[in-house]
Amino acid sequence: MAYRKTVASLVAAAAMLGTSTVSYAAATDITWWHAMGGRLGEVVNEISTGYNASQDACNLTPVYKGGYEDTLTAGIAAFRAGEQPNIIQVFDAGSATIIGAKGAVLPVEDLLKDNGVAFNIEDYIAGVRYFYADSTGKMIGMPFNSSAPILYINNEAMEKAGVEAPKTYEDFEKIAPKLKAAGYVPLVQSHIPWEFIENFKSRHNLEFATNNNGYDGAAGTELVFSEPIRNHFKAVKKWLDEGYFGYYGTGWGDNQTPFNDGKVALWIGSSGSFGGISKTVQFPFSATYLPYWNSVKGAGTASFIGGAALFAMSGKPDAENKCVASFFKYLTSPEVQYQWHRETGYVPITNAAYELAKKDGYYEKTPAAEVGIKQLNLPAGEWTKGYRMGFYVQIRDVMNREIGKVFSGETSVDEAFDTIKADGDKLLARFAKTVEN
Amino acid sequence: MKKVQFRNAWFPYLLLLPQLSIVAIFFLWPAAEAVRSSFYLEDPFGFGATFVGFDNFVDTITSTDYGRIARFTGIFTFCVTFLSLGIALLLAVKADKVIHGASTYKTLLMWVYAVAPPVAGLIAILLFDQHVGPIVKLVALFGWKMQIGVNYFDTGFAMVIAAVWKQIPVNFIFFLSGLQGISKSVQEAASIDCRSGFRRFWTVTFPLLAPTGFFLLIINITYAFFDTFGIIDVILKTEPGNNPVTLVYKVYLDGFRGNDLGGSSAQSVVLMILVFILTVIQFRLIERRIHYT
Repeated sequence: MAYRKTVASLVAAAAMLGTSTVSYAAATDITWWHAMGGRLGEVVNEISTGYNASQDACNLTPVYKGGYEDTLTAGIAAFRAGEQPNIIQVFDAGSATIIGAKGAVLPVEDLLKDNGVAFNIEDYIAGVRYFYADSTGKMIGMPFNSSAPILYINNEAMEKAGVEAPKTYEDFEKIAPKLKAAGYVPLVQSHIPWEFIENFKSRHNLEFATNNNGYDGAAGTELVFSEPIRNHFKAVKKWLDEGYFGYYGTGWGDNQTPFNDGKVALWIGSSGSFGGISKTVQFPFSATYLPYWNSVKGAGTASFIGGAALFAMSGKPDAENKCVASFFKYLTSPEVQYQWHRETGYVPITNAAYELAKKDGYYEKTPAAEVGIKQLNLPAGEWTKGYRMGFYVQIRDVMNREIGKVFSGETSVDEAFDTIKADGDKLLARFAKTVEN
Repeated sequence: MKKVQFRNAWFPYLLLLPQLSIVAIFFLWPAAEAVRSSFYLEDPFGFGATFVGFDNFVDTITSTDYGRIARFTGIFTFCVTFLSLGIALLLAVKADKVIHGASTYKTLLMWVYAVAPPVAGLIAILLFDQHVGPIVKLVALFGWKMQIGVNYFDTGFAMVIAAVWKQIPVNFIFFLSGLQGISKSVQEAASIDCRSGFRRFWTVTFPLLAPTGFFLLIINITYAFFDTFGIIDVILKTEPGNNPVTLVYKVYLDGFRGNDLGGSSAQSVVLMILVFILTVIQFRLIERRIHYT
């Protein structure tokens, strides 16, 4: 072991040599497993380098572990082997798994307070405050890459068809024939569970699951699918048949490509897609809020936060935890948050960072970049805080499967939702059994 | 012939030890572990496991899509095995007759063997991409609106094509060496008795190839069952949606994507039993009809 440690520190020292002249001899090493590939990964590395340069006591090494699911699985396997990283990035759908496993993580609120870092949940923007919190409102995971599903608009298409971008789905139904006549696929989404089910619930302030959307405990939590969401999918299926809606499968990229190519007029993507789109598309584009049905009473509320959070894993020495706390402090500073926001399109998670971006005049130059955070700051409702469900990755797979069947005409909307509820409730019951022992 | 025997009774076991320990460590131990955890419901982080008896098995078998997945696995295995064996046999027979440039043909037919399954999947993705795939554009000329990832049949079709393409070289190599092992005198005798090359093939060559064919049949069924994982994963982009998946892929989805270790273990135990039954059937029924020379 001693030999391995020496080698590891030698390698680390060699890697650092080129980037900085600061001595790391006495620094505590911490690792961060993340799922940010491509440009996002580069920004993660920039942030880590910035953190390492900002102080001498700690040395952070970010490690890319593949997609969200891969990162969580790797973290779980490492935890079982006692080799867990200090920080792991876990996505929205996996949060119940890691929060449900009592003792796998140090609640971020406790970690910061214990290490003398000031923490006030009110400093965080309303939309992200409670998504990764427990039922008492204590923040467990530090929101990191936070996004909202928003509607991207091909301005050229709007002009050609002579229409305005829709605010509601009723508006969309009016303009869809014109967009189709102008030679465009009027509407495409990119993630059925996130954009058309979860955030449909939050934009319309509708109950998603019993037990307070699952926050009050896993036992007895059941999915709720009432009339509005069934009607929504009946409408979407009708649009699909009439050529007003395009569906290219479960893969995100397959649905984004036709928009990037200028074949689609309206595309529902992530606020985090902004950075990539502004670099690739050849036409003027803008963005607006995720549409809602005006006919649903109380609709137009804020959307859930999407993306992922950082969790401090337990079973680590105090010195390393102190470093994690100091990194979280660095990460949430307005300057770093603004850098992250500007480079990636993910929303800034603190009010101070949002103010900084406004003061800098960022949104005057690029109004589309503000849509995500404004949508998260819309009036909240009883059901917009978030959801907490275990085995949720599989539940999302069931949703994708059944909605896929609806679109291909193999099943009806009502049958599909009955199956999603039946299979989903079974998975939830299984998950409840795993956390109760 | 003189019978050779070891003097020490334990010596042969010693020589077998490396192989036996590999079987024990890499097969028996994990298999036992899978059987054990199939009776437990465990939280992913390993804080505790509850004994749930046969619940995992009941949940597995009664889940709404298990029947559909099992059906697809059967059809997929049949198509991949039948097509890759059939095409490879045809190619081997033809290549066996080539005189000029024989090694060039053979190399061209064999190189695919070196392609890793995920790479084969990636090539399939490029060829079958719904926006830019050349095959999609080709079949569109015939009025087939192919949509991989959306249409259940189309995705399954692409999976079969990629899996068959990847497996043909292995079968080709074996069939070719099998053909070359058939003695010239038998073939010459046959050609005096019968003028039809087609009939000669089915009555003389094919039965003589049967041992090779039987071996390949088992290899191919196992391949279609287990080794196509990489191809399927890449074609699905790890997002199954409403696309066909095989039983093995479902084990991965539930265990590694969904972190449901108990359910996933139960499925792999079911698979183990299935493969065991299949092997018994193969050796009991089919092998009886094959004559080794």
